[in-house]
This record gives sequence, C-alpha cells and structure tokens, in this order.
Amino acid sequence: MPALPGRGQKSAWNPSFWARFLACGAALVLAVPALNFWVPPDSPAALPDYLIPLLGKYLCYALLALSLDLIWGYAGILSLGHGAFFALGGYCMGMYLMRQIGTRGVYGNPLLPDFMVFLNWKELPWFWWGFDHFAYAAVMVVLVPGLLALVFGWLAFRSRVTGVYLSIITQAMTYALMLAFFRNDMGFGGNNGMTDYKDILGWDVHKPSTRLGLYSASVFALGLGYLCCRFISTSKLGLVLLALRDAESRVRFLGYSVINAKLFVFTVSAVLAGVGGALYVPQVGIINPSEFSPGNSIEIAIWVSVGGRGTLLGGIVGAILVNAAKTWLTGAAPETWLFVLGALFILTTLVFPRGIVGLMRRPSRIRVPAPTPVPAGEQA
Amino acid sequence: MTARLLRLVGVLLLIASSASAKADDFVTLVGNLAGDSFAKKEKAVTALGALGDPRAISLLQALTDGRLLRGADGRVVISEAAGGTTRVRDAVTGDDIAGADPDRFERIIVNNRLRGAIEGALAALTLFSIDRDARLVAAQDALRHPSAGEAALLEKAIAIEQDPEIRAAMQLSLSAARLVSGSKEERLAAIRALGTTTDPQIKNLLDEFRAAPDTDPELKKTADAALASIGNRLRLVGVAANLFQGISLGSVLLLAAIGLAITFGVMGVINMAHGEMIMLGAYTAYVCQQLFRAFLPADWIDAYLPVAVPVAFFFAGGVGMALERSVIRFLYGRPLETLLATWGVSLILQQAVRSIFGSPNKEVSNPSWMTGGFDPIGGFTITWNRLYIILFCFIALGALALILNRTSFGLHMRAVTQNRPMASAMGIRTARVDALTFGLGSGIAGMAGVALSQVGNVSPNLGTIYIVDSFLVVVFGGVGNLMGTLVGALSLGIVNKFLEPVAGAILGKIVVLVAIILFIQRRPRGLFALRGRTAEAEA
Repeated sequence: MPALPGRGQKSAWNPSFWARFLACGAALVLAVPALNFWVPPDSPAALPDYLIPLLGKYLCYALLALSLDLIWGYAGILSLGHGAFFALGGYCMGMYLMRQIGTRGVYGNPLLPDFMVFLNWKELPWFWWGFDHFAYAAVMVVLVPGLLALVFGWLAFRSRVTGVYLSIITQAMTYALMLAFFRNDMGFGGNNGMTDYKDILGWDVHKPSTRLGLYSASVFALGLGYLCCRFISTSKLGLVLLALRDAESRVRFLGYSVINAKLFVFTVSAVLAGVGGALYVPQVGIINPSEFSPGNSIEIAIWVSVGGRGTLLGGIVGAILVNAAKTWLTGAAPETWLFVLGALFILTTLVFPRGIVGLMRRPSRIRVPAPTPVPAGEQA
Repeated sequence: MTARLLRLVGVLLLIASSASAKADDFVTLVGNLAGDSFAKKEKAVTALGALGDPRAISLLQALTDGRLLRGADGRVVISEAAGGTTRVRDAVTGDDIAGADPDRFERIIVNNRLRGAIEGALAALTLFSIDRDARLVAAQDALRHPSAGEAALLEKAIAIEQDPEIRAAMQLSLSAARLVSGSKEERLAAIRALGTTTDPQIKNLLDEFRAAPDTDPELKKTADAALASIGNRLRLVGVAANLFQGISLGSVLLLAAIGLAITFGVMGVINMAHGEMIMLGAYTAYVCQQLFRAFLPADWIDAYLPVAVPVAFFFAGGVGMALERSVIRFLYGRPLETLLATWGVSLILQQAVRSIFGSPNKEVSNPSWMTGGFDPIGGFTITWNRLYIILFCFIALGALALILNRTSFGLHMRAVTQNRPMASAMGIRTARVDALTFGLGSGIAGMAGVALSQVGNVSPNLGTIYIVDSFLVVVFGGVGNLMGTLVGALSLGIVNKFLEPVAGAILGKIVVLVAIILFIQRRPRGLFALRGRTAEAEA
C-alpha cells in the first residue's frame, strides 16, 4: 500500500514516484516498438509482430485487475462479476467495430452486421444506433458499465449486502448477463459474439502499425487508470475506504456515508474495467459471451491475489505474470495449467496472502488487509 | 401367458363362430395370391388385411420377404430357414410338410405396388397381433388415419380384445374413425367420447371437423362443448406437468444445495468446490456401474445404484474432510479467502477427473426399476427416475434434520456454530466437529451427485452447472436453516418451470436470477433469516 499522506510521511506524489512512474511508462511505450521495428527479426532480442497484441492483451487484463484491486484491496468489496463490466465495455467497442465493417461483410449489407442479416433482421435495433461514431461508442464504453455498476451498487450497498453475499450476487449478475448474451435474439451476435473486424478509426486492425497504436493506447490507459486509483487511494476518501473495509459499522457510526463512498469507488472501478475491455476487443479480434462466465471473473481475483492486493501495483504485476504463465503453459503443457492455477489459488490465500508486491515491500510500509476480527458467533 | 391363451381362444372362437364362409374366404384369398395377375394379388392382399385374421400376418410377411412359395398343384406354402435347413409349411393350416423340397416350389413374385398394399394390410393386421405392445402401438396409430375401413377393422379388433388398456385405445381410435365416417348418431357419440381425452391430436381432429363447412349445426355444438372440455383438461395437465417438473427441478436443486446449507449455512464456509463434490459423487456412480459390469453377473447390475449411494457419501465426505483439514481450517473467519482457495481446489479436482476419465461425457444408465414412467391423468408422464430422486431428496433432508436435531453430534455441531469458545470450554472438540461437519456436507453432495447421474450427463464440469444455482438457493432461503433451503429450492424450481413456457428456458432463468438479486436487496438475510444475536454478529 502506498504511504498515506500525513505527518511524518512523504507525499504519495513526490518527485521520486513521478520519476519511476514515467520511467516505467516510457519503457513500455518506447521499448516495445523499438524492439519490434529496429532490431533485426533474427536477433534474440527482437519482438515478433504476433507478440504485440498479446502484450496489449496483458495490459488490458492489468487494467481490469487494477480496477478490482481498487475495490477489493481498499474497500473490501470482492466483486466476482467484474468480468461483466469488462465484457460490456468490450461489447460497446465490438459494436463500433462491427459497424465499421460496412459493406465488406459476407452479406455486404451496408447497415446490418452479418449476424443480423443471417437472422433475417430487417432494421438496426435502437440500441445499435450511433455506434457507427467512435465518439458515441467511446462514451458508451464508459457509460454502460458505469451505469450498471451505479444501479447494481446502489441496490446492493443501500441494503447493506456485504462480504460473501455481495460476491455471490455479483456472480449471479455476470451469470445472468452471460445467459442473456448467449441468446441470439438479444441482437449481440449470440454465442458467436462479434468478430471479423476490419477498421478502427480508419486504420486496418490487422496491420502491425495499428496494433502498435492499440498497444500504446493500452499503456496510456493503464497509466491513467493507475494514477486515478492512486489518487483515490491516497486521498481522504481512500482512508474512509480503508476504514470501512476493516470496520464498516464503525465508519457508519462516525457519520460517514458508507453507501456513497462504496458506490463511487465501485462505479469508478467498473468504468476502468470497461475501458480495459474496450481496448481488449480490437487487439484479440473477438468478443463473445464467454467473457461473462463466472469463472473468468474469479480468475481476476487470483491475479490480484498473486500480485498482492491493496497495493495497486500488485494487480498489474499479478495480471501480467499469471497471464504470461497461462500463455506459456497452455502451449507447453495444457493439461497442467488448471493444476497450476488451482495451486495458485490455494497457495496465495494460505501461504502468501500479501502477494508478490506485498512480500517485496518493507514490512513497516505494508498494511496487509487484516482479516476482520471474528466476533464470537461470527462463524454462524 | 394366460392372457395370451385367452386371446388365442378368443381368436379361435371368432373364427369358429363367424360364418364358415369366412374361413373359406381366407383359403380363397390365399389361393388368389398364387395367381399370376398383380391386380388380383393386390386385391387379395387388401382383403386379407381387412379380414383381420392373425394367420395373415406371417403370410404377408413371408410374401414381402419372398418366402411365400407356390407348388405345382397351386398349394401355397411358407418356407422358413431354421438352423441351416429350410422348413416348408402350409400357408393356410400352418402344418409342416414333412420331406418337402423347397426347390420344387416356385416363388410368388411381388412388385412395388403390391409391397405398398402389403404394408397397409400388415399395419391393419397388427391390431390382431399376438404381441401386446405391437397391438397397443397399432391401436394408438390408428388414431392418425381415421377412415371407414379403419372403423370396421377396429370394431372387429375390439370384439376380441381382452386387455383393457388396448381396448381403451382402440375405442378412442374407433371414435375418431366414426367421427370421420359414421352416421349422425355415431358421430354424436364419437364426439362425446373424444371430449373426455387430452390428446392434442384429437383436438386437431375435432377442430378440423368443426371447421368443415358442411357440418351439421347440432354436431358442431357438441364438438364445441367437447373442445372446451378438452381445452380445460389440457390446461390442467399443463399446470400439473409444470408442477411436477418444477418439483423435480427443485428437488435436484435441493439435493445440490443441502450439502451447501451445512458448509455455508451452518459453518459459514464458502465452498466453491462443493459442485466438484457433486461431480465426484456422480463419477463414483459411474465407477460402481463399470465395476458391476466388469466383475459381477449381469443380473446384479441393477444393484449398483444402492451400492453407489453410500460409497459416494463416504468418498466425497472423505475428500471433504481432507479438504477441511488441509486448507479450510486455516481460513476460518476469512470467507473471501476461503472462497478463492476452494475455487482453486475445484479447478484441481476438475482437471484431475478430466485427466483420469477424459473430458467426454460418461454415460450412467438407469437401473431397470428406474426406467420408464407412468401417466397419472393422461397427457404427461411421470418418469420413475425423477420420482425416485424427489423421494431420495426428501429422505436425505429428513435424515439430515434428524442428525442435526436428535443426535449428540448434531448437538455439538449446533453448539460449535453458536458459540465456539463456550462449546470448547464445555469439552467439545471443536476441530473434530468442524471436520465432521464439513465431511457431512460434502458427503451429502456426493449422494446428490449419484442422483444427478441418473437424470443427466456425467462430465468433469457437472459441478459448475449447479454451483451458482445452489448458492442462490441457500442465500434465497436464508442461511443456516434447512427449512429455508427446502422452500428456496422448491420455489425456485417451480417458478423456473412456470416461467419457461412463457418466456423461454434461458430468459426464464435470467428473470429468476434478476428476481433473486432484487430479492436479496429487500431481504439481505434470505427468506427465513436468523434473528437475534447470532444474526447480528454475522452482519
């Protein structure tokens, strides 16, 4: 956890932080194109083209993990439906990309995407209106997950649904959305989802240069997201969040509005996840309802756990490491991946509850999210 | 056997009592088959079909197979290959002709037109078959092509039919045939008879009849009344069918959720690997079945299921206890961490099962006493396997309630649940109680798996299908009480099944999920919330 502003402590926004932050950002933005462009392809340091969208994908996952870390690590809200916000952002972007295909689809219909022609739809449904403009789609990427989080969060926090109950109903939410998006007549492509994209903002999505651009956009989004989360966590609101994570009732009795604090941070987190999803879709080239599956959402929690929750950086590190391991293992020994993932779940909770970043930081600066003290009878 | 004898006697009586001209008819018609003209043969075949003589069945069958032969003297015989030699028997009397050489006979030739006629005649004759099932199918089939000829045949068949079920089916088909072809009085009676059924086919038939322009107004009125009563009955059957399916789905949910009601409801442990305990139980059933098939006599196979239930209980319970001792006990009081760790366990168990058994679905067959079903009011079938699962589920729930409320283990369990330090101070070994409680919950999940293997596929992801649902059942019903779980599961199952015809299966499910999410906002502690100190502490 970053140092909190207060007497005797350095500000979270000191020059040394900015230097490190900018150095990391520059390394990510500059080194990758450099290795890709100027290093000869046969040298061992060269970065082949196919790796760029993969790295971009990891960064989107990192943004997603960051967003979960913000609510889980700081506010104690373990959402097991965060994949839903990610997927909704992705669907908004996917709809824009589908509209960009225009007459180049299999059926050559200028207005309707292929799957609608295939299902004999006659006109574009209202919720597809406007998605041919990038700006509209970009607004929706923020608005749709944000609004869902706002409504869902308001309902849940208002009636004080907390802890595992919240986890279970968020899981039910993403499960319901998955079932809904699997339906063909929803107008989102059913189980095939949306794919076969051509252009984004006029650039061909398959070109290496476009992919580098998307990768850079992901780096910027992640950087901005990190600054945003860091700002929230080091602000006074961050303190309130920490307090309500550890003793919600006490914070309420002290006169703070628990609902507003939680709602704000939950919505911000959902928006970040949505942006991650929007950047993810053009880089992997497909969005389908399996992104909503509850299993995906639980996996996000393990990225955060492995990296170290309540550290912000941990979410990013965990997402990248776990996914890199997944890419490598599912290629090298597909049978073992689930064993490894399962073992990660067990070991990080039992043996390394602080995660990688937590272990590396000096103990005096760490505030491990302590387990809530168990009152007598809590186990009921 | 007696039924068959009676039937034979009936047939013989019929043949004897009918004019001897009738018997002569049969002989003449068989003689006609031996002729050269196809038109004459076809007439003979159709007449044989209408005659309703069971002897004609084997004869016509032989004719299609090319086994009906004609001697030089015009005698018609059937040749039958039996154990390497060919027997020849008389087509009329059925007696063996000793020492006859099949090569001395000439085959009676059929063409495609004739084959069509034979098929029709055979279909009509099945009404007189010795085989009970064939007769029943034929009687029900007759409903589909009502005609005057059909009516005459059915009348004949009813006269000698002994079996009440087949008789009823024949009567129904006869009414349908009379509706199409009978006199006005016959039609009136037929409509009234048809009005007492629930068959959608009959409804269509009556609809058509009513809509025909030349229908008598009186008949029309009767048909309207009959249609209305069929409509009412169909609605009733629909409700009953939905109710049964809902209870059946509810009982499956309940079985999946009872174990969870203990581990989550009583111990407060979020066990995401609960679904995998169900899966292990289902695979136990599969392994038991394979072992029985491989090592025990074939007629013992039905016994695999009663064996699998306790085996699954102890196996899944053992795995559950091992899990509790090795992982969960370090995480008490940290529900979110427990959730993640047990999710890891579930991934490992799934992959382990996939590595051992492979990912394709495994087939677990119902024992013979669980296959089939019965039709209580006409129109929908209650299958035995679903009925047994409902029973099993209530027995399991009852047994669990007894254990919790009437045994010392149950007492210890409740004591540890309510006040751990105090229970410990009274000398209860809380760690042991924890392990046993978790084992009990997992064991019940294992038994649920055996039950689920009887209604669905057994695959490594069996558990994931039920895990979200069973958590919702427990949360909906209210944590920590079995009554809530019962009511929660049954109401979810029934609501789901009643929504399905209105909204479609998937949309119905979505509606239920959203409804539960909204419900939890209103009653965050479920339908039957615990009140008092325990509930407060948990909040």
